[in-house]
Amino acid sequence: MHEYSIVQALLERVDAEARARGASAVHRLSVRIGELSGVEVDLLTTAYATFRERTICDRAELAVRRVPARWECPDCLGAIRPGDVLRCRHCDVPARLAEGDEIMLDRIEMEVP
Amino acid sequence: MCDTCGCGDSDVVPVHVYDKILAGNNRTAAHNRDHFRERTVTAVNLMGSPGAGKTAILETTARLLAGQRRLGALAGDLATERDADRLRAVGIIAKSITTGSACHLDAEMVHRALHDFPWLDLDYLFIENVGNLVCPAVYDLGQAANVVALAVTEGEDKPLKYPVMFLKADLVLITKIDLLPHLPDIRIDAIVDALAHVMPQPIFFPVSARTGEGMERWLEWLAQVGHAQRQDAATVSTTAHAL
Repeated sequence: MHEYSIVQALLERVDAEARARGASAVHRLSVRIGELSGVEVDLLTTAYATFRERTICDRAELAVRRVPARWECPDCLGAIRPGDVLRCRHCDVPARLAEGDEIMLDRIEMEVP
Repeated sequence: MCDTCGCGDSDVVPVHVYDKILAGNNRTAAHNRDHFRERTVTAVNLMGSPGAGKTAILETTARLLAGQRRLGALAGDLATERDADRLRAVGIIAKSITTGSACHLDAEMVHRALHDFPWLDLDYLFIENVGNLVCPAVYDLGQAANVVALAVTEGEDKPLKYPVMFLKADLVLITKIDLLPHLPDIRIDAIVDALAHVMPQPIFFPVSARTGEGMERWLEWLAQVGHAQRQDAATVSTTAHAL
């Protein structure tokens, strides 16, 4: 379950950002997880609940925005319908993943002196 | 400090990061990639389920390229040296990365493994990932290409069930095709159709490590990846000199 190692990377990053600003606590983390990122949101939140203890995120809420996969044609920008072959029927070119593979830390709300 | 009433409370401020959570891994992967490019070593990240035939593919590859190419391998394994032992037996310079409980390799594990491993003069470095169709797909290791081994015995719908793994693949080796006569319900066409639903540019070779069928296409593909990497290295080097 790689979600544990994702959470570890997340906590390290937040800790570094908080230290750089002399923060005393973190209130909220906002992350974005794509449907095709390979990260299961439920496992991520479980892992977060376990690992945040005794870190600066001890009481910080984890807000997760799920991003559905969105495929489009790189030429005509037409949408590829979910469940279709990943190729534009009109332009006959491979589809492009426009959204849905992100594993992103967007925002940290922290308490600074 | 609160400036409104002077109460001494801290302020809660938003810090916008907008960065990949695995940015640290990606930096190490980029570092590995630079090393491989400088030494013109073609690194291939070989992934797939436990028992998909990853080690067998490498064994046959080694036999076919014996005396022509210098092959090395880092074998990710939870607990044993078995894969590395098998690879050494066919002339591959191999080392295990024992991951303990970790279900995947990351760029740092590969980087550490390179430190006491004679990889500098290899033509190909295969990174045989931990057998798993989920976790390894998430981590860039610095490879030139991702290859997924999918055995015909795994069923036709594996690509649909594990889309991320196949989405990340540059090539899929459909392995153990010598078993097809014993698998009346498995059709290669159905596997290929499933791949087209999860990979925009599905490239796949049906192969048998046992009989050698299809292996020449795999070797051609490896040669192309190696060639592309050498050209890339030459471009980078020329650009660097020009600057």
